[in-house]
Amino acid sequence: MRFGIAVFPGTWSDRDCARAVTLAGHEPVMLWHKDRDVKDADCVILPGGFSYGDYLRCGAVARFAPLMDAVTEFAAHGGLVWGICNGFQILCEAHLLPGALSRNQSLQFRCEPAYLRVETTVSPFTSGCTQGDVLQIPVSHGEGRYVADDETLDMLERDGRVALRYVAADGSAVGARSPNGSMRDIAGVLNQGHNVLGMMPHPERASEALLGSDDGMRLFESVSHAVRHGDSFANIW
Amino acid sequence: MTEVTAITRPSQQQLAEVALTTAEYDHLVALIGRQPNALELGIVGALWSEHCSYKTSRPLLQRLPTTGPRVVQGPGENAGAVDIGAGLACVFKIESHNHPSAIEPYQGAATGVGGILRDIFTMGARPLALLDSLRFGPLDEPRQRHLFEGVVAGIGGYGNCVGVPTVGGEVYFDASYRQNCVVNAMCVGVVEHAKLTRARAAGAGNLVLLVGADTGRDGIHGASFASVVLDEASESRRPAVQVGNPFLEKCLMEACLELAGQPGVVAMQDLGAAGLTGSAAELAHRGGCGIEIDVARVSRRETGMSAYEVMLSESQERMLLVVTRERLAAVRETFARWDLHSDSVGVIFDEPRLIVRDGGDIVADLPVETAVSGAPVRQPVGALREQPQDASPPPPPSPWPAGETLLRLLAAPNIGSRRGIFRSYDHQVGGATVVLPGGDAAVVRVPGTSLALAVSTDGNARYSALDARRGAAIAVCEAARNVSATGAVPVGITNCLNFANPERAEVYDALRASIEGIAEACRAFDIPVVSGNVSLYNDAPSGGIDPTVVIGMVGVIDDVERHCTAAFSVDDDLVALLGPIGTELGGSEYLRLVQGAGDGEPPHVDLQLEARVQAFVREAIAAGLLRSAHDCAEGGFAVAIAESCLLGGRGAWVGIEELERESADPAGEAGILFGESQSRFIVSFPREALVQLHDLSSRRQVPFAGIGSVGGERLVVTGAIDVPLSELREAYEGALDAPA
Repeated sequence: MRFGIAVFPGTWSDRDCARAVTLAGHEPVMLWHKDRDVKDADCVILPGGFSYGDYLRCGAVARFAPLMDAVTEFAAHGGLVWGICNGFQILCEAHLLPGALSRNQSLQFRCEPAYLRVETTVSPFTSGCTQGDVLQIPVSHGEGRYVADDETLDMLERDGRVALRYVAADGSAVGARSPNGSMRDIAGVLNQGHNVLGMMPHPERASEALLGSDDGMRLFESVSHAVRHGDSFANIW
Repeated sequence: MTEVTAITRPSQQQLAEVALTTAEYDHLVALIGRQPNALELGIVGALWSEHCSYKTSRPLLQRLPTTGPRVVQGPGENAGAVDIGAGLACVFKIESHNHPSAIEPYQGAATGVGGILRDIFTMGARPLALLDSLRFGPLDEPRQRHLFEGVVAGIGGYGNCVGVPTVGGEVYFDASYRQNCVVNAMCVGVVEHAKLTRARAAGAGNLVLLVGADTGRDGIHGASFASVVLDEASESRRPAVQVGNPFLEKCLMEACLELAGQPGVVAMQDLGAAGLTGSAAELAHRGGCGIEIDVARVSRRETGMSAYEVMLSESQERMLLVVTRERLAAVRETFARWDLHSDSVGVIFDEPRLIVRDGGDIVADLPVETAVSGAPVRQPVGALREQPQDASPPPPPSPWPAGETLLRLLAAPNIGSRRGIFRSYDHQVGGATVVLPGGDAAVVRVPGTSLALAVSTDGNARYSALDARRGAAIAVCEAARNVSATGAVPVGITNCLNFANPERAEVYDALRASIEGIAEACRAFDIPVVSGNVSLYNDAPSGGIDPTVVIGMVGVIDDVERHCTAAFSVDDDLVALLGPIGTELGGSEYLRLVQGAGDGEPPHVDLQLEARVQAFVREAIAAGLLRSAHDCAEGGFAVAIAESCLLGGRGAWVGIEELERESADPAGEAGILFGESQSRFIVSFPREALVQLHDLSSRRQVPFAGIGSVGGERLVVTGAIDVPLSELREAYEGALDAPA
């Protein structure tokens, strides 16, 4: 299968994502920000970085890139879109996901290991996991604190759209060790159709034991399984 | 050609502005046979600055060994390069940004990172890793904390945005840096040999392309500013500090990497010190040809800029390329795809002259040789005295029990955990960081190969202050030891020599002694110096910095799976001390702790023994015998063991009675535990490797003493220390925290 990987000026996880896709046995296809189609990709990754320098607000400029029109349309037809780090910020700015990512509570950039509990397996991104699994996947961001109003947060919880939550290594509540102070420790969020996932941590960096963890590959494998079997998660719940 | 209009002899103040002495001015007049005009004077002032011309250090630097079978590019280019196999070269360099950082810490440090990145990708190499070596005054002083936090934020702000991981470095705090902080940035990249691009102009008629940021009034006289003593008026030189745009740098980097090795791309050179002047002159000088720049064709950020301002601006994120006429359109097209603006600003010709034009008028015309290397060598009257060496008084006894001394050392700003710093840097982007910062050297694998690079920066200025030659040799030893602790073979060095005002005899002497010390150690280990930087005039009316030699070392691991870390990782493994049983406390952090300053005689170093110990560690790692290796550095034996415990989350039990008996040193327990004797590692290994290690140690003539084992939740040194791991961690992790 083909993973389309978006490259905005300032994107820097593009090559890391391509390597993870290759390790998973699939074909990466780079999508240039000025492109107007997703080149028959089965899943589009919006990778990490500082698109357009993130000078205005993270992701605020990238949402206007020609490629994003194509991605929005692709998502509207059920295409899988996976926003990682800056990609999550872009998806929120583009209103493909609710909420926003604000400055880390520490007011500092944080690059460190994080532990994520899989909160739902009803998604093409997590279907290969078991609910409650704890994945070790690093974070690296300055603006990753997920915020939304209570109504939205309640709705996300109720509809099973909180995909991943920060926890301690043993799966208990993360408390003060949260890398960014996200509301309700939310690390990853799905859209209503469960075909769009945004997450701050970097699964592509947890792709080999040599790099400290290969837990991220479970998400890549979930996606390939879902695409291969044409799984649809939109109408399960 | 129109004649360049001569001017009258400049005033003392005009000369001071371009940091030239009267004698240097007269030398210039003699060389060109006339008075220079104001622009020419500005150009020569910048190019003859210490920062650009190395007029004081050049004769000394020639003593460094710079050749070897792996050397692909020695000093003289934007960065050095060594062969690492698999058809690849590793390109690396370290550079200082001390002066700007002392004035504006965030931008000073950020643009230091930007500059060193450009030095690497200018050569066609993709940057794989950044490291930073930092020195500040005592951290409990508010101004020092401000500088420290600003510099760390600036490094992170730039490197994180560009997407090159910051994987290592060091930081020390000492009173000598109160007025002059030290900020040295190192970058390491990799390039296929065929794509290695040099900054050597060639081919009459070829065009000069200026790419990247528009040119503004920022940073004018930056190179000259970096070559004088900081004083009360320095704050007002804030405009000489540039502002960085890492996003632009990222785009510039990607475009340049696409172009490296392409036909028609003759040379690439970034704009750094002395801006367009420095780059144009360097390109021509290396190529032995002439270059003409038309400032009227340079895109500007501001209106009304003079030719002088355009030529001497140090606006960041700019590159100069020499391209053939046929390929100009294609090259500009690549830049345009990255939304980068490019101007064709000049042309290459045969006669070696640097000509600046402003539309129809020639506004400067200098022989390239004069401009680049005409600066008369400054040979300060060195006193060449023996360095005063205090007869080592017996070290005072620690006022605390050994366990508490250890905790206090772990909590010392010069020893404690750097986690708070490196977690604010993206140290994993690129998916190559195999050994994270916090151990001896960081290990970064080379994508697409089984190779990995081990990188480290080191330098203990306390030792250098006490004995410059020995301190410099120890810096090389420690860097090589750190790299060897991962299993890597050291293959090349870049150095940054940060000194006070060299016009003072004792500073010049220390500079000379340091270079001799580096050279001696490099020869003993057969490691070439392939690039480097000298930062002088780190001085202030209240006193200058201690001699600060920073060694950036690169090592190669052939099989990344065979790397080693400093962590005690398996319970029941045995622990051994490799190398001599040293007890030297001179210049140590222990002395700083108990008596306020690390005085006395710094540790001795036997370079032959050092080489044997390092070779032993590498051989044992390659043979798969060791589970961990960690060098004994600041804080000595006890701190090294505590760090291995903390990294692995495991305690250890260690006995030192035998070491004490064998050493028979009056310093006794404190010397064994906290002495900083050189050439030592703490290693751990599975029991079944013991016999082989013993055999190897006697074959290689390396002292090897079994001292204990890994396990439990406490660090126990029998008869001296018994501390739970949690207390060690609490002390270590809080070392750099701001006071509540």
